[in-house]
Amino acid sequence: MVDILEARKRSVLKKGRDAYALDCDQASLAGSVSQRACVFCGSRVVLYPIADALHIVHGPIGCAAYTWDIRGSLSSGPELHRMSFSTDLRETEVIHGGEKKLAAALDELIPYYRPKAAFIYSTCIVGLIGDDVWAVCRKAEAKHGIPVIPVHSEGFRGTKKDGYKAACDALFRLVGTDDESSVPNHSINILGDFNLAGETWIIKEYYRRMGIEVTSCITGDGRVDEIRRAHRASLNVVQCSGSMTSLAKQMQAKYSQPFIRVSYFGFEDMAKSLYDVAAHFNDTEITGKARELVTVEMAKFYPLVMGYRSDLEGKKAAIYVGGSFKAFSLVKALRHVGMIVAVVGSQTGNREDYETLQSICDEGTVIVDDTNPLELSRFMQEKGVDLLIGGVKERPIAYKMGVAFCDHNHERKIALAGFEGMLNFVKEVHASVTSPVFRLSPAWKQRHGL
Amino acid sequence: MVAPDNGSRKFATTRNACKLCTPLGASLAFRGIENCVPILHGSQGCSTYIRRYLISHFKEPVDIASSNFTEESAIFGGGTNLKTALDNVIRQYNPSVVGVATTCLSETIGDDVDRLVREYLAERSGQNLPPVVSVSTPSYSGTHREGFFRAVKGVLDVSAEPGVTNGRVNLIPGMVSPADLRSLKETLAAFGVPFTLLPDWSETMDGGTWDEYRKIPEGGTTLADIAAAGSANATFEFSGANADRESPAELLRERFGIASYRMNWPVGVIATDHFIRTLSEVTGHEVPNSFEQERARLVDSYIDAHKHLAGVRALVYGDADFVAAAAGFLDEIGVTPAWLATGERNGTLVRALDGMLPNSRSQSRILEDIDFATLQDLGWDDRPDLLVGNSRGYGLSRRLEIPLVRAGFPIHDRVGGARIRMLGYAGTQELFDRVVNALIGAKQDHSPVGWSYM
Repeated sequence: MVDILEARKRSVLKKGRDAYALDCDQASLAGSVSQRACVFCGSRVVLYPIADALHIVHGPIGCAAYTWDIRGSLSSGPELHRMSFSTDLRETEVIHGGEKKLAAALDELIPYYRPKAAFIYSTCIVGLIGDDVWAVCRKAEAKHGIPVIPVHSEGFRGTKKDGYKAACDALFRLVGTDDESSVPNHSINILGDFNLAGETWIIKEYYRRMGIEVTSCITGDGRVDEIRRAHRASLNVVQCSGSMTSLAKQMQAKYSQPFIRVSYFGFEDMAKSLYDVAAHFNDTEITGKARELVTVEMAKFYPLVMGYRSDLEGKKAAIYVGGSFKAFSLVKALRHVGMIVAVVGSQTGNREDYETLQSICDEGTVIVDDTNPLELSRFMQEKGVDLLIGGVKERPIAYKMGVAFCDHNHERKIALAGFEGMLNFVKEVHASVTSPVFRLSPAWKQRHGL
Repeated sequence: MVAPDNGSRKFATTRNACKLCTPLGASLAFRGIENCVPILHGSQGCSTYIRRYLISHFKEPVDIASSNFTEESAIFGGGTNLKTALDNVIRQYNPSVVGVATTCLSETIGDDVDRLVREYLAERSGQNLPPVVSVSTPSYSGTHREGFFRAVKGVLDVSAEPGVTNGRVNLIPGMVSPADLRSLKETLAAFGVPFTLLPDWSETMDGGTWDEYRKIPEGGTTLADIAAAGSANATFEFSGANADRESPAELLRERFGIASYRMNWPVGVIATDHFIRTLSEVTGHEVPNSFEQERARLVDSYIDAHKHLAGVRALVYGDADFVAAAAGFLDEIGVTPAWLATGERNGTLVRALDGMLPNSRSQSRILEDIDFATLQDLGWDDRPDLLVGNSRGYGLSRRLEIPLVRAGFPIHDRVGGARIRMLGYAGTQELFDRVVNALIGAKQDHSPVGWSYM
């Protein structure tokens, strides 16, 4: 069994045994095989769903190639976001600079694709070769008459979280640039939902049923013009708070827009989100409609979800996801079907997040920040888990160990948010946990003493 | 040979790239060495993106470490981080070899990785450390295919040793599938000689289910076999695209005087004949009867199905070695490989196609430095009947409503990418059946009658 690296020992704790505060919110340890990506990744995932903007990756080909059409973010209209544009820098540009090539890219792409804005992602070497991306963007803006926004996403300038921040800074440059459009009184922005498998549409429909208009979705099914008038909405409702809180704070400071944090995963958190939004408006009609909505949806989906409980009750789960808020929701959601969370962690949680996580977990739960395959497999084995929830990079760890798996990452094609999402989630978990194929796995047999 | 045509590319920007970056190829090569862990010397994202990309294709755990650059390392150099990474990888994984590949970041700031590695090993000279191989793979220079061969060359440069020849044969495959690697091993074994297949990710990237979690999947070329590569009789290298200076086989020839046989992937009868006959000459072993039988069955099936292929034109895309191999095969079965597209440039595909395509040379158009958006924009009033290539061409196949025969890397939208075979007579047989059936299937699906026979 693998030993945990000395420098990582305090990034792991067992609730009830370890009293220290979890080490988190820092750069990954070199050589630890972190599951995190980089600053660029953070920016790219946040801005990705804006479907009528150009997303140009300024750098050599890798960063653009690996992020071509990799998110399940749906668009109800244009699909520019599913294209991968790269300045594809070569040796000559590394020596002489890439500004010319970037300018040429903007000059050819903007007239051709007619985007509403362009985001220019700086990758690692852009700063090093001395490109003045700002200057190129300003020139292109003047020339083409659309916002051309640099994103400071050089991979080494921090962690994925700093990439979120860079994306929020880029978004904040758009917010408030349209002050003409009128916005109804009861209006909100949905922040931090990325319309994976149409999730934003599910949530938007809930708000519509409550009599609340959604001014802008940032960034699920995102549109530049909507973001430009987002400052007119009366409330920012922030999911995936790790990525979007900084934008909400900037909007609060400049436009006095309040924000609340929510999560749309699981019955409890979904219902609470709607009630919290209703409470903000302090309007009996909205509150009444929220109550009615929750009642209707619960009546429809709760019994269906409970239908799966008997097969899942008592099974143990490990959760390793990007954001800690999602981890909170998953712990609660799994409880509904009688599952026990034995291991839980995130890539980007902060100290406060991990305190919350500890408070909602059972005694003995292993809590971990920025873990790696060897650690994760060790905890899973120690705890004898039946299910892992994670993303592409975690999936083979589960399968090699004969453990069921549920994808809860940005590639997913099944909506897991909202009341119906809870049913989809439980179906996903159930389909894997009860599959007969695992019974042929030696690791599964060993775990079950067969 | 038809000159490469770059006129079709109207944009300076690369839109939907038909290539990947050099460190990906190097990482895959390192994963084909027994008990080896790759480290990418750069930002955390490089290793994570490449892991995700490889995992989506191979569906196996793919641990690749990172030296995890910070702002500080970008300014003062990544030496400290690289050494920490080496320490932690060696402590956690206990590898037999560590492969370090650079990235655009570490290359641009001018880190001398060879020196850093030498320093690292010298500083810890008392400890029993594994060999560390480093290779220069900035992503602004070349593609994944080139990164792959650079890593192979780097490994041989460090680890191949001279010795008394004993009939050994070296085989350096391109980025072929694990299933193809397995059949190559069977082929070599059938000729009764010791061999070094380098690298060999047939098990590490396509392994079985486990009883308990393994730090590093089993399999891969052993260090002993890599050392012995220096005393082989002959090296086969499956790459028509490599220039002499890029060729690992040339390195072995120059350093150890080992005969070098460089050829395209053995796909199709003609190319496989060339490989098998050369192997027979080199080993002095007759071609086993089973190969003759496979070959006869393959030719028989070509004849059975030839009418379905008459007049068919295909678009083939991917790395230069894949495209050349698939094109050669299509040419011999009577399909015109009318569009040959690669994201590579500098004439690699032209080199790989040299002297090939006896039947369709004048009707084949080479598209170098291509990307998928440019391919989409070609208009296609004159459209192909078939696409052959990786999953990334699915959008084009969908738009043009023509079948896609999936092969090469990456296969992200189907299971079994690691098990696709196309090499040798038996592998070609599988590819051939898939090509013909894709065409028959398309015709059947679009037929108003819906015949249940051909």
